[in-house]
Amino acid sequence: MSKKIDTIVLEEVVIKFSGDSGDGMQLTGTQFSNTSALIGQDVSTFPDYPAEIRAPQGTVGGVSGFQLNFGSKAIKTPGDFADVLVAMNPAALKANARWIKEGGTIIIDSDTFNKKNFKKAEFKSEKPFEELKLEDRNIIQAPISFLTKETLKGMGMTTKNVLRSKNMFTLGIIYWLFNEPLDLSINFFKKKFKKLPKVAKANEMALRAGFNYAGTVEALPRNYKVAPASIEKGFYRNVSGNVATAWGLIAGAERADLNLFIGSYPITPATEILQELTARKDLGVKAFQAEDEIAGICTAIGASFAGNLGVTTTSGPGLALKGEAIGLAVITELPLVIVNVQRGGPSTGLPTKTEQSDLMQALYGRNGESPAVVIAATTPSDCFYYAYEACRIAVEHMTPVILLTDGFLANGAEPWRIPKMDDLPKIKPPFAKIGEKYLPYKRELEKLNRKWAVPGTKGLEHRIGGLEKMEITGNVSYVPENHEVMSKQRAEKVKRVENFIPELKIYGDEDAHLLIVGWGGTYGHLLTALNEMRKDGKKVALAHFNYIFPLPKNTFDVLSKFKKIVIAELNLGQFANYLRMNFPSLEYLQYNKIQGLPFTVVELKENFNKILEAK
Amino acid sequence: MKKANVKNYKSDQEVRWCAGCGDFAVLNAVYKAMAEMNIPTEDIAVVSGIGCSSRFPYYMGTYGFHGIHGRASAISSGVKVANPKLSVWQITGDGDALAIGGNHFIHVIRRNIDMNLILFNNQIYGLTKGQYSPTSKMGAKTKSSPFGTVEQPFNPGELVIGARGKFFARVVDANIKMCTEIFKEAEKHKGLSAVEVLQNCVIFNEGIYNFINDKKEKSDRQIFLKDNQAMIFGKNKDKGLMMDGFKLKVVEIGKNGITEDDILIHDAQENDTVLHNALINMHPPEFPIAMGVIRAVKEQHYDDLVEKQIKEVQEKTSIRNMDDLLNSGSVWEVK
Repeated sequence: MSKKIDTIVLEEVVIKFSGDSGDGMQLTGTQFSNTSALIGQDVSTFPDYPAEIRAPQGTVGGVSGFQLNFGSKAIKTPGDFADVLVAMNPAALKANARWIKEGGTIIIDSDTFNKKNFKKAEFKSEKPFEELKLEDRNIIQAPISFLTKETLKGMGMTTKNVLRSKNMFTLGIIYWLFNEPLDLSINFFKKKFKKLPKVAKANEMALRAGFNYAGTVEALPRNYKVAPASIEKGFYRNVSGNVATAWGLIAGAERADLNLFIGSYPITPATEILQELTARKDLGVKAFQAEDEIAGICTAIGASFAGNLGVTTTSGPGLALKGEAIGLAVITELPLVIVNVQRGGPSTGLPTKTEQSDLMQALYGRNGESPAVVIAATTPSDCFYYAYEACRIAVEHMTPVILLTDGFLANGAEPWRIPKMDDLPKIKPPFAKIGEKYLPYKRELEKLNRKWAVPGTKGLEHRIGGLEKMEITGNVSYVPENHEVMSKQRAEKVKRVENFIPELKIYGDEDAHLLIVGWGGTYGHLLTALNEMRKDGKKVALAHFNYIFPLPKNTFDVLSKFKKIVIAELNLGQFANYLRMNFPSLEYLQYNKIQGLPFTVVELKENFNKILEAK
Repeated sequence: MKKANVKNYKSDQEVRWCAGCGDFAVLNAVYKAMAEMNIPTEDIAVVSGIGCSSRFPYYMGTYGFHGIHGRASAISSGVKVANPKLSVWQITGDGDALAIGGNHFIHVIRRNIDMNLILFNNQIYGLTKGQYSPTSKMGAKTKSSPFGTVEQPFNPGELVIGARGKFFARVVDANIKMCTEIFKEAEKHKGLSAVEVLQNCVIFNEGIYNFINDKKEKSDRQIFLKDNQAMIFGKNKDKGLMMDGFKLKVVEIGKNGITEDDILIHDAQENDTVLHNALINMHPPEFPIAMGVIRAVKEQHYDDLVEKQIKEVQEKTSIRNMDDLLNSGSVWEVK
């Protein structure tokens, strides 16, 4: 029986794949977003998974999700609410019930919707859709497990292995629903399972079976088409925030003609940066998996002393452990990049969730007057540029630089126009000259940096360390006035970085009634909220910060132009308080969220509109 | 080999240890060892943590880095791996290496990074003025144990072996000649060379090693081990070590039919740890204390393996720079 298919053209779609943490939802989501990006749609993704590797099967706590937003227009966020939710079991449905759009579609594996699983997901009844008040959504109950088993019957595989392909059956359904091609995924299976051709074949068969099933089943009367986005010409690839960070560090070292050394200890959600760098032996990266966070940074400091560009990567609790050693890098005035992928805190907190609550720790979490540069990345792909910036500032100004990203940026991915290395400015390490008398703390006039003398160079032998040093000579000094001089010089050196960073710019209306202020990983959501509000005729503007310490020189001039300022951040107001301290004459409103989740555009607009309306 | 001038290895800074401190002797022995081996000053990096002995780098005419408490092993690991041609010397104490830096200590040994780790063991915290350390004897009365400690001490050598160390030597500060000789052995050994210096703290633990350093008795109370030589000691070279079941025993040569041929021959290069551990654990008065190179086993070392792995990967790869990497894998063109 053939069926007549209507195809509807959409501008933008949000899909969320969800299932047990062993159901392969991350892979499914990644496959869809890769395909979507490769055919020229713009995409933004956000994986959301539990801290446990395999939380109890079938429970809400064990649900792993992958959300993606793709469209023919510029996509800046993974989307607030899903147009399509895939729920591989009742727990997945329950965990995501509040994130399905009015009028959205829910696709479930009906074979898993049974008594046993309702109980595991703690449903009170056996009517999950009624219980969750989702009856009015477009519900497609597909016997995915059964059909996958039927498809792969006779392959000589165990039931357990056969069921591993049910995510690909599901992907097939979604590919049909949005008219996306299968071949990219099929090629992926062939490559990934090169040594296991049977597995590659099983995945391909399941994918095709899902696609064909969707094309014939009555429940899906129509499908959709999203046109390619009109994006800038050039070569593109998909990149996650963590990989972009790792590559930005390599790029920084390469443009500085330095060897890159990373000393790190695995910690969620930063581990992937370490992993990516350990794999880059082809580019000469020396990666040292240390015995702990402290050893991670201390090896990196040792490496910088020895003439490499030392970097260390971590997340909140690890940054706390590194505090003393950051002070050592401050006083020895060596280049060092510390990447902090922020997660929910305090303590172990929410290891796999996102937050912006390490700002104060990054700025002040050390003993003594211990200034370090703090910058923040704003999108998954611009983690590359800010990692590169961190290297540039660290090397040219001889200072530790803390780069803040977060779990949302780290795991999120987007298509990225590949840069050319020649387009990035060269980084010039301030090496000491051979043949001149070397004075370790003699400063350059412009930046106030000291010079870098690398062990192995004849005639530049010197000693540095954690004790206060005499200015110029670098000998140990307890002279009271000298300590003040050195403290001020260290502070001034970091402050002068403001002369070497871009000015703050404004998105939106110069004469806005409300200035939205954000920093770091909330950029996509804030910008989308801004654009939508302006479409609605509101006069709003956005100032988004990448450079936190020092702030851009024109910060006060920009902020003081607006009558109302609201600072939106994923914490209880750390950047707001930081601005209050720096520019006390201005008045700041706040919008804060601290749920381990990114903002939604809807809540941002709602709150900003309220502020606009208030007198 | 032509010796260099000892002066080259000295900095212009005044050495600030207490008069009579054992550290002076060790510093001089380090100058001498470096000069005798003629290591270019620019190729040496001396790295330390915190403590009296950790001021060491400031007195060197080489490259030096004075770190933070306990982290010298980690900092020096970074120095060596980043710049493997350097001769790296880590200066540390019983508090720095075995208490606050215990974790880094066992891991730098396990990794077998090619450097010399000189551990000054005075069984006390000097810089904080007299608290007990992880090597203070059980019952030691100190500023923080007025009624005596109630905890067992570490034996550093035993810890080195427990961490799968390949080189361990022991010297005493009073014997500059011995120190110099052993530091040279440590420098020659490829991999991590741990040297325990029994060091006298003249202020807070004065005389702790007097028993074994006693001029008249020291040849009975110390045995200087040399590879491939019989384990003989004593004023008259008439005592030796033998196995008694799984344990060591002291015997007298010429008595009970024991001849020199019955005495154990020291094999520092033996990978098996049993005898080395037994030697490390010998204590007076029953046994002499073992000095010299107790263990020196050839083994691959981390810094070298890192270089080799990078070289191997680079020989095979088509990715030679960042542009190559950026354009590798799944890349598409938007026209």
